[in-house]
This record gives sequence, C-alpha cells and structure tokens, in this order.
Amino acid sequence: MSKQPILQIENLRVSFRIHDEYYAAVDGVSLTVNENEVVAIVGESGCGKSALALSIMGLHPLERTKLEGTIAFKGKNLLPLSVPQLNQIRGKDIGMIFQDPLTALNPLMSVGRQIEESMDYHTKLSSSAKRQRTLELLKRVGIPNPEKTYDRYPHELSGGMRQRIVIAIAIACEPSLIIADEPTTALDVTIQAQIMGLLKELQQQMKTGIILITHDLGVVAEMADRVAVMYAGEIVELADVNTLFSRPLHPYTRSLLHSIPSVQTRKEKLHVIQGIVPSLQKLPRTGCRFKSRISWIDESEHEKNPILREVAPGHWVRCTCYKNFYFPQDNIGDMNYGIS
Amino acid sequence: MLKFILRRIVIMIPQLFLLSILVFLLAKAMPGDALTGRLANNPKMDAQTLAEMKEKLGLNDPPYVQYVRWIKNLMQGDLGISYIHQQPVTDLLSERIGNTLLLSACILILSYIIAIPLGIVSGRWTNSLADKLIVGYSYLSFATPLFIFALLMLFVFGFILGWFPTGGSVNIQVEKGTVDYYISKINHLILPSLSGALLSTVGTIQYLRNEIIDTKIKDFVKTARAKGVPESRIYSRHILRNSFLPIAAFLGYEITGLIGGSIFLESIFSYPGIGQLFLQSIMQRDYSVITALVMISGLATLLGTLLSDIILSAVDPRIRIE
Repeated sequence: MSKQPILQIENLRVSFRIHDEYYAAVDGVSLTVNENEVVAIVGESGCGKSALALSIMGLHPLERTKLEGTIAFKGKNLLPLSVPQLNQIRGKDIGMIFQDPLTALNPLMSVGRQIEESMDYHTKLSSSAKRQRTLELLKRVGIPNPEKTYDRYPHELSGGMRQRIVIAIAIACEPSLIIADEPTTALDVTIQAQIMGLLKELQQQMKTGIILITHDLGVVAEMADRVAVMYAGEIVELADVNTLFSRPLHPYTRSLLHSIPSVQTRKEKLHVIQGIVPSLQKLPRTGCRFKSRISWIDESEHEKNPILREVAPGHWVRCTCYKNFYFPQDNIGDMNYGIS
Repeated sequence: MLKFILRRIVIMIPQLFLLSILVFLLAKAMPGDALTGRLANNPKMDAQTLAEMKEKLGLNDPPYVQYVRWIKNLMQGDLGISYIHQQPVTDLLSERIGNTLLLSACILILSYIIAIPLGIVSGRWTNSLADKLIVGYSYLSFATPLFIFALLMLFVFGFILGWFPTGGSVNIQVEKGTVDYYISKINHLILPSLSGALLSTVGTIQYLRNEIIDTKIKDFVKTARAKGVPESRIYSRHILRNSFLPIAAFLGYEITGLIGGSIFLESIFSYPGIGQLFLQSIMQRDYSVITALVMISGLATLLGTLLSDIILSAVDPRIRIE
C-alpha cells in the first residue's frame, strides 16, 4: 500500500447560503484518494455526496457557497485557486462524469465536438489530430460506429450511448482522477452494468483514481477499493470494501446494508430506515447525527461529540453507538410502505 | 426540406381561401358602403343617380356574386380600385410598401441592436445593478403607450430642437437618386424608427434574460465547466447559443410584422406607408384597400410561421424538417 495520494481532502466544509445564512452540507470531511484507487462515497440522497464531489472542481456557484478546509490535488490546494487557474486542472487532470446523460450534453453541439472541446484548451493538437483522438476515444468507450457518431447530436443517441459520450469527455485528456457522480443512476439496470464494466476497464487501463459517488451498494461492492459512508454531511464510516461488507459497524452502514433486498430470503416487508435525512437547515450540528433515526438506542450509547476513530487498521467509525446496536426485533414503528 | 416547404405552401391555399371569405364578410358587415362616405352626403347627389351608381358598381348583386367577382380579380392580381384615391390599389400599395418595409426593417434591426446586448448583460449578471436598470427600462418601455412616446419624441426632437423632420419619408425638393436624397431619407427615418425600436425591445430582452437564467444552471453547462472551458466561451458556445433559439424562432413572426407596418408610428410621423394608408382607409370605408391589406397581412402571417419553422430547424438540430 505504498501508493502516492493524489487527492487529499482535509477537514472540508462546504456551506451554502440560504436566506443570508450559511448551512454546511459537507461538514469536516477528510478523505484521501490514492493513485489508481477507487474510493466510493455512499449515502442517501441529501447527505452531501454530490456537494463534496462538485466542490473538488469548484463547480458550485461561487456567490452562494463557502468552502473551508483544504482539497490538495497532487499536493496543491485547490480551494484558493481562481476560476482561470482551476480551468487549467478541470478536464485535464480531473475529469468528471455526471449523473444524467440526458441533460449533461449540450443539445446544439455534435457529440464529437463536445468530446474534442476539452482538448481545445488543454492540448496543442491540430484539429485533425483532435478529431483522430476523439474517434479513438469513441471507440474506447464502446461506441460502435465512431466516424458516424462523431457528427451526431445528443438527442440522436440512447441514454447508455450518451453516458458513454459523457465518459469519453471525462477521459479525453487522460486525467489522473475521475469524479463519477452517480454515473448510473439515470440508466436502466442492464445499461448500468455495461457502464460500470466500462468504467472499471478504463480505470484499469489508465490507472486513474476514481471517486465514485453512488447509493448503489452493488456497484460499490463491484468497483470500489475503499468506501466512505456519508450521513448528514459527515463521514460516519470509512473502510476498505471487504471490511465494510463483512464487518460493517456504524448503525447507518448496517441499516443501509440491511435495506438491500435479497433474492434468497423473501421478506414480508422490505427494511426501511426510519425517518428521512434532515434538511440542510434542520441538520443537528452536535452529537450523533444519526441519533433520531435509531431512537430505540439509548441516549447514553451516543457520544457527546462523536469523532471518527480508527477501530481497526484502516477501519474508521464515528460515534460509540455502534457498540450495542441492534435492529429492533419486529421493526418497532417501522412504517409499512405498502409492500407485502 | 423542399418537400416540406411545398407542402406548407399548398396548405396555405385553403387557409387563404378561408381568410378571404372572412375578410369579405367583415368588410360587408361594416356599416355603409363605398358610396356612403363620399357621395351620399353630397346634397347635390339625388337618390336616383345614387341608385344607378350602386347598380353600375354591382353593389346590388347578391353577396356571393360580389365575392366571386372579387376573388376572381384577386387571383389575377387585380386588387380593385380605391374609391377614395381613384387609382388601382396595386399602384397605391407599391408606392408605399417600400417605405413601410424600410421603416419596419430599421425598427427591427435597431431593436435587436439595443435588446440583445441588454438581454445578455441582464441574464449573465442577474440581480446586479445593471440588470435592475435594464429590467426597469424594459418594464417602463412595455408600459409606455407608443402613441404618446412617439408624440413626445416628435415634439422634443422634431419640433422644439428641430433636429429631425417632423413628417414624410423624404424631402420632396431633393432630386431622386442623388446622395442628398438618400441622406434625406435616412434623416426622415431616424425619429420614427428610434421611437419604435426603443419601445419594442421588451420581448427580446425578457426572453433572452430568462433563457440565459434558465440555461446557465443546466447540467451541460456544468459539464462544460468541468472540461475547463473558460467562462467567456461557456457563454458564447454553450449558454448563448441555446438561449437564442426562441428569439431566432420569433424572427419569422417579426418579419411578418414588417409588412403589416406600424399603424400608429406611420400616422404620427405622417410617414407614407401601409400602416397610415390602412388607418385612412378604415376611416373612409375604402373597402378595396382594406380587404387588400388584410389579405396581404394574412398571407404575411402564414409565410412568417413557415419562415419561423425553417429558421428553427436551421438553428436547432433537434428539429429536422423532412
């Protein structure tokens, strides 16, 4: 494990302004991504995953976002950089794959041109060389007829094809880090598998680091080396993928894993985690943030100011409430969502 | 593409036919007829002569006979004779249509020159002071009645300051074709076109502003930023191109407006164009002119919608005409 870290996030706080007050969507997150490593960030919607991903490239609207802490890419802190300085890195050293391929492409530009565009700013290739390289990229992401597809517009392609184009854009300049923000959420299941397969293949070929934002634990198991579980803006558990699946500790992680429906054991009801992720304004700022959703656990089990502790080498957990955590036997207060 | 245009033009024939019936009926429904305005009130005119004239002009024929006669002539390009001006309507129109096209084109171009930069500034820097001023101006211009604004312009710049002529389309003393002639023409155009343009920017400004505000938060703009595209290029290549679509689509309809002319403006600046003629003709019950003008503007509207569709298909790859 003597890999070089390429991205080191230290104590990152991302706050958004809502009615003149700042609320932290990402609160004190520290995370390291090494070369050629896939780090997955999992959690429910609204727990700060995407806010974290967008802050790395500075893609939040500047006028209502406050970023604190450090995000060091290859040793260089990105947070104080101006937009023109960030543009040197965006697309060249860090590529980004977005969630919804239906909206992530400019409807008025041919897909070939959209892939080429980042080369306009990061390389000195001639236009024929750029075209050549784009055709290679199209082939590489599994587009059957690159020559023809080059001049196509996004609306002429299927969702899966468009996501391949989005991936081609991200890898156009061979970045050393790719941020994939829920790359398969908007696709149907068979296409999801293809896209994940493609990502994995590219990652192995190009030796890039990947930050994989997802709430699909199946995807995590398949792709990730390490997993960070986020809840309400904090990392609650961090471990390598095997440990996390074989020995999950934090109640939130365990609830997530418990919620995966299994084919082997047919259950009467699907497990649901009680309650919802609190909105940004109502987020508890002290104590264990998951407390309200595991109300059957005694108050004394929680820490006053929970911190992320290393409980085994490489396995980090926040709060002490995991120690005596159990699922209530017959899902006390568990709501029936009409599934039986 | 050609097939599409041909098909659309063929569809226009029944549409125009329907329009012609409507126009004819409306013209007939107006109180009075061609003779009322000029002759009937003349004390020297006796009832018998009047009745003879009516018979001679075919005004006593059943409406459908009159309609068939009118539409027959119309298809041969004969728009009839103006009762008031005592000359063929085609001659009357051809004298004025050039003036109207010139004035309307000036208004349109000027209003784009003013509105597009303002819309871009307003949309890009939303809620800035500049944006607030621009939005303020566009609301004010929307609320200002043209006939009052134009009169004010005429009064201030034409009458008090005397910078511009107060009427006509050209100084009649200048010889046609000379440099002075064209300078005089432009001089006569400035005031009416500026008045029209300043008040017709609101649509373009607001459309562009809203489109930019909508577009700049779209995902593909984020994709472009993540590629490292500089901010100026983000606007020129990604945001603005998408924001111009509705304005480009609207251009067809705007061009239709060119032919219709500006009724108020031409009347206030006594600018000899179609709009002024239209207003006069209604007041004087000059049927042949009214029906001709309504038919022409109907045709222009149909052509405008076709033009809009063609423009839109040219600028938006998602819309392809086959």
